[in-house]
Amino acid sequence: MEQESKIDYITLILYFILVVFGFMCIYSSSSGDGTFVPNLSTNYGKQVLWIVISLVLGAAMFLIDVRFFEVFSYAIYGLWIGLLILVMFLGREVNGARSWFELGGFRLQPAEFAKFGVALALSRYIGDMDVNMRKLRNQIISGGLISLPFLLIVLQGDAGSGLVFLALVLVLYREGLSGLVLIIGVAVLTLSVLTIAYGGVPVGIAVFLICGVITAFTYTNPAFLRRLVLVFVGAIGLILSVQFFFDNILQAHQQVRIEVMLGLKEDPQGYGYNVNQSMIAIGSGGFSGKGYLKGTQTKGDFVPEQHTDFIFTSVGEEFGWVGTSTVVVVFVLLLLRIVYLAERQKNKFSRVYAYCVLSIMFFHVLINIGMTINLAPVIGIPLPFFSYGGSSMISFSMLLFFLLRLDANRENELDSINY
Amino acid sequence: MSVDQNRSRVIGGVIVMCGLILVIRLFYLQVVSDTYAQKSDRISKRIVTEYPDRGLITDRHGKLIVFNADAYDLTVSMPMYSRSFDTTTFCTLLRITPEEFVQMMGKAKKTAYNGKAVFKKNLTTPEFARIQEGIYQFRDFQIETHSDRKYSMAIAAHTLGYVAEISKNELERDASEYYDAGEYIGKSGLEQFYEEQLRGIKGRQHYMVNNIGQIKERVNGGKDDIRAFPGMPMEISMDAALQAYGEELMQGKTGSIVAIEPSTGEILAMVTSPGYDPNDFAIKNLSHNYPKLAVDPSKPLLNRAVAAQYPPGSVFKLIMALIGLEEGVLTENTHFSCHGGFHKGSLTVRCHPHPGFPDLKYSIQTSCNAYYCNAFREILHQDKFKNIEEGYNNWRNYLVNFGLGSRLGVDINQEQGGNVPTAQYFHKIHGENSWSYIRIISLSIGQGELLLTPLQMANVAAIIANRGYFFTPHFARLIDGKNTIPEQFKTKHQTGVSDYNFATVVDAMAAVFSGGTAAGARIPGIEMCGKTGTVQNPHGENHSMFIAFAPRDNPKIAIATVVENAGYGSTYAAPISALMMEKYLRPDTTSSRMDLYNRMTGKTATHTTAHQADTSHGAGE
Repeated sequence: MEQESKIDYITLILYFILVVFGFMCIYSSSSGDGTFVPNLSTNYGKQVLWIVISLVLGAAMFLIDVRFFEVFSYAIYGLWIGLLILVMFLGREVNGARSWFELGGFRLQPAEFAKFGVALALSRYIGDMDVNMRKLRNQIISGGLISLPFLLIVLQGDAGSGLVFLALVLVLYREGLSGLVLIIGVAVLTLSVLTIAYGGVPVGIAVFLICGVITAFTYTNPAFLRRLVLVFVGAIGLILSVQFFFDNILQAHQQVRIEVMLGLKEDPQGYGYNVNQSMIAIGSGGFSGKGYLKGTQTKGDFVPEQHTDFIFTSVGEEFGWVGTSTVVVVFVLLLLRIVYLAERQKNKFSRVYAYCVLSIMFFHVLINIGMTINLAPVIGIPLPFFSYGGSSMISFSMLLFFLLRLDANRENELDSINY
Repeated sequence: MSVDQNRSRVIGGVIVMCGLILVIRLFYLQVVSDTYAQKSDRISKRIVTEYPDRGLITDRHGKLIVFNADAYDLTVSMPMYSRSFDTTTFCTLLRITPEEFVQMMGKAKKTAYNGKAVFKKNLTTPEFARIQEGIYQFRDFQIETHSDRKYSMAIAAHTLGYVAEISKNELERDASEYYDAGEYIGKSGLEQFYEEQLRGIKGRQHYMVNNIGQIKERVNGGKDDIRAFPGMPMEISMDAALQAYGEELMQGKTGSIVAIEPSTGEILAMVTSPGYDPNDFAIKNLSHNYPKLAVDPSKPLLNRAVAAQYPPGSVFKLIMALIGLEEGVLTENTHFSCHGGFHKGSLTVRCHPHPGFPDLKYSIQTSCNAYYCNAFREILHQDKFKNIEEGYNNWRNYLVNFGLGSRLGVDINQEQGGNVPTAQYFHKIHGENSWSYIRIISLSIGQGELLLTPLQMANVAAIIANRGYFFTPHFARLIDGKNTIPEQFKTKHQTGVSDYNFATVVDAMAAVFSGGTAAGARIPGIEMCGKTGTVQNPHGENHSMFIAFAPRDNPKIAIATVVENAGYGSTYAAPISALMMEKYLRPDTTSSRMDLYNRMTGKTATHTTAHQADTSHGAGE
């Protein structure tokens, strides 16, 4: 006997807060002269359409059989992988990346929708009772599911969107992957940043000296020394490969973006222009902002891509710190709510899926807001529910609404389905 | 599952921590640091300055002398809004080479102020037309209009002064912080002295601009904006026709003329020669002409009328006579003998041949040296003085009251004060009170350490015309149509010489025209009073000097003329003064002395003609 479905209203309310606030900011940054033209000639007019489509699709989630997506998860994954390949040949090049299909006046970014497919496939795979993330085989397959879209999107020239998938490591961690992986991840990141910032040689020498000092105190423990040597060799290898990767693989504009982010380069008129303008807009907002529709930077179109990737600058300028911290708090509450929802699922598929949604959204929020305040490199990924754009609005809504659907149905999902 | 439950807490913790990092970072950017707010103002707001028209200047009869014309500067936003810039098209538009562009841009960057810099100043009319056509493609560049000075008559350049870009020093000294770099300010003459009245109030409009520098709307709905207010018009005391006439008379000579209305102290004409055309110093011509004129050895930029200092020579005898009369040591009937000069021990002050026993009036008329050597003794060594210092200071005090020895305070720059040595000066040279009139005898005939400016000499003429007082000479007459000239020009200065003591001196000065050293410059129908002077010049030919006023009763004009290296006072200075006075008193008729006019304008002052009318009066002048 199926129990009555119950939507998690807290999530829904947080969702609506973000959508409405986001729409206000899009209105401000794309027109903001006080008139409202409700048609598709304006960005905010189109955004209304995206919101309506998202809500319709979200409602549809509750009409389709809850098992539909679970059953067809690999098929959906395959479909989007196919589209990701196709877009490389048929896509339209925008900002150096061939990652958009153009249909009529509308553009569709398969990478945005691929998230849903990957989330489904990963949930389906890990959701299998026999899969254990402590097993190497399962780790490799999970990693493969994540890496395939990542590589395809990187090949399109849109490394930023691709990196999102790496956030799914968080799901693997929750499902049993050793925490060491995350620690190594952080160590690798730190060492990479230091290498780019100070060059391979000094960082290598520093690593050597630190290892030497540790050896001096622990040389009586041969087991530890063996590991230390391993760490040392690994570190040196990493430094060399980062140096090689940065100098020879990355394109010039990517190098500059990373250097600007690390504060190694002042480039206020070049690649650093966006970040500089973004910081000015946010920083000039002060405690309580310049007032809605009164942002001088927003009105003057000083921030490039403001209605899409840099929508947060509009919040910062017009609503000040009160506005920005409110947005951050709402996102943190939403993310924590998703963790809570995940943990109350009785079914592994649902839980893993919830963590997939969490990981993807967390990455987007952290990197998007981080890049507007120069804490992260500028990779063109949108702020969920906030940024202008149909692809991201619809895909994030579908991600979230399917989670709500699963959650509403959790009492009926005591076990995974047997296929 | 408990391990995995823990992991959910780790994940929750990471989320909260990242959120905190963002909030803290945002707090720093938005609340703690104010650099971004400043940057925001700088790039999203633009102050548009509206420059008012500078005040017009008219002469005492309301004739317009100085007015305004538009001038154009090409300015550039600094830093530039454009992220890419088509240098080739821009250089073609301006007809400059890329090297020149780089150089001009570098200069603009250095002088940038308040978000903009002048890229090219004072476009010529064809340049303006050409650049105006194409400049819209370069949103960082704008043509700014400001007003430049124009002159209806090419006269009185030194008096009017000029306007030019404010210097770094002036900017630093500008306590009111009115000026921005690149703006214009009165640099000399009346333009400088009455800068505050003439400049007006510049307007300021605050606009919001967008990322391509287009003006969007007013900040605060225009509440902080200031409207431009034009400069006040000024009527000055100069008689433009008289000034022009004086400049014509002085053409080719070195020296100056100062003419004053005695009853008010208003300066009617101030001629300095060599001079220059005021149009040469209009903003658009200044940079071209200034360097040339500044190094010209004839010093055309020097306003000799106020800045040159000469020993007054025989002109000084008038003051000596007045002091003697006021002190009671001379009377109308005081005679001193003169046999070819003044003799005392080994000292001789030579005099030219004249009847041997002159009285006061004749001593002025014939300019006797010996008379004033004796008078000096009588003035300095009276019984009432304990020592020479007291006597000297008493004498000197009169000179100070006559406006000598320090600046009069005329309302144009460059003024010098001349020199009247102090008693201390002679104490130092000759020892404390161990000197007498003999040691300083040359002062008695206007030589030695005495120095006067032509302005001071004209003021002495005005004092005598007024019989005892003067107003500080000045140009300002009406400011903004009202008599709001500075108070110091409305104060009557008494000299301490009683009016009845002037009668003899005035009589004698009239005799200078009727039968004395200036007889040759007499103008029929106008009773003029004057005194010639010939000042020995160690560097060359003597300087010709003359002071005068007319008419004798109720005088309308007092004048001093100095012609350098022109010999006797009677040769050039007296005729020029007479012609000037005639011109002022009879503005609408041609000169009754065309012979003098022709001689003054037809020939340059050289010594070959120096002895025509008055050789008989000789070196004592």
